[in-house]
Amino acid sequence: MSFQPYVPPEQLMKDRSEYARKGIGRGRSVAALEYADGILFLAENPSATLHKISEIYDRIAFAGVGKYSEFEDLRISGVRLADLRGYAYGREDVTAKTLANAYSQALSTIFTTQMKPYEVEILVGQVGETPGGNELFHILFDGSVADEQGCVAMGGRADELTAHLKEGYREGVSLEEAIGMGVRALSTVEEKPLEIPNIEAAVLDRNRARRKFFRMTDRDLTGMLQAG
Amino acid sequence: MTDGLGEFPGPAYPLGANPSFADLVRATTSEPEMTAVPSLQAPVPHGTTVLALKFEGGVLMAGDRRAVEGFSIADERIDKVFPADETSAVAIAGAAGQATEIVRLFQTELEHYEKVEGDRLSMEGKANRLAQMIRQNFPMALQGLVVVPLFAGYDERKAEGRLFRYDVTGGRWEEADFHATGSGSVHARGTLKKRWRPGLTREAAIRAAVEALYDASQEDVATGGPNPLRGIYPSVKVITADGVAPVADDDIREAFEAVLGESGEAFKRTGGSTARETEDHT
Repeated sequence: MSFQPYVPPEQLMKDRSEYARKGIGRGRSVAALEYADGILFLAENPSATLHKISEIYDRIAFAGVGKYSEFEDLRISGVRLADLRGYAYGREDVTAKTLANAYSQALSTIFTTQMKPYEVEILVGQVGETPGGNELFHILFDGSVADEQGCVAMGGRADELTAHLKEGYREGVSLEEAIGMGVRALSTVEEKPLEIPNIEAAVLDRNRARRKFFRMTDRDLTGMLQAG
Repeated sequence: MTDGLGEFPGPAYPLGANPSFADLVRATTSEPEMTAVPSLQAPVPHGTTVLALKFEGGVLMAGDRRAVEGFSIADERIDKVFPADETSAVAIAGAAGQATEIVRLFQTELEHYEKVEGDRLSMEGKANRLAQMIRQNFPMALQGLVVVPLFAGYDERKAEGRLFRYDVTGGRWEEADFHATGSGSVHARGTLKKRWRPGLTREAAIRAAVEALYDASQEDVATGGPNPLRGIYPSVKVITADGVAPVADDDIREAFEAVLGESGEAFKRTGGSTARETEDHT
């Protein structure tokens, strides 16, 4: 049996946090903004098939930054949890809060027990019947959860991006305005204009039928950016 | 079924996530599988005639509204045509409880696959998946809980409507024009055979479906006919490139009135046939 040298728990946690932060910091960012009819998610993503933003359930969407394999794993687990719940109980019994709690538990366990923590940050959003009913949970690599309102950013240069977003943001903006704001903020942080094919955008729109999630095409985006 | 709902379910798949929801339910459920019993004495509701036919631009599905329990009517307003996803629908004939459960599982299965994979299943894939679910119900079918659905949808890759029929063993066949299943299906198919033409318009297709169901209801006790007095009409759904859409009751009523008008019948007609026996004795 081999003996490991004693490492104080504070140091251990600090090292792990630093490791995870570094991993997340290397990746690109995702922003979410509440607008008049729902929640908009925006990301810089050159791939058209490997998504950072996706649908979990009727009213719930997921966004992840960091290591793709790790947030993809969390996304699929979330879809499974949501579908099983909706099937066992009822569709309206699937909530973002349940998912956020499950993610928080899973990430916290991974952070303390696994060889290495997940290098991810995720957002779980749920659109409500009214703008006041929206829910937006930001979950960190160590399982800590924050309940966000208005606009939020995560990933590479999250603090800068959040500051840019908060500058122009006000409640009840239209979708066109929100997209304009988000794309401008992302471009400023990246220090280069964002090309439309490199933008991934999706909304949870409360006016849609049962499934509120809608992924925008490049054409939708072009139209919106011109209008905004 | 409620075990493990608080945590992330399912085993870890080293090579890709299994996109099947039905497999996930089986892997996580603690409820014993319903096993075959020697004989099922309890009467269970059965749904009866459903049909599907192709028309210009897509495919139409329709069903009567009656469910029977033995010789009594269990329900006069049951709907047997369900959207499976945005571009396909499934119509059920047979044991209503089993059938609606299979439909619910099938709906979740398709959505689950779409979300996990980021792509919709092909029409062929959906039809095969449903066949496997029917096959899994086979032990129950032997006890009398038969479920035989029709599956129809708009194939976006081939840009045409397609329809599939099934048998109790999970056999699956694609139909070229139309099909009907359930206790009144023989009569409904007879009418469809006369009325169906390639490239039917939407209106003509609705009318053919209503006529076929009406004819079936005249010959088969388990198939319910339209009931204008209580406003009960067959449920009809059309599936085109725009998705699955129910046909309004008013359109179905008009089609029914046209069918009656053509066959020389009218709502106000009375005394059409006197019982022969009475004539003999007077």
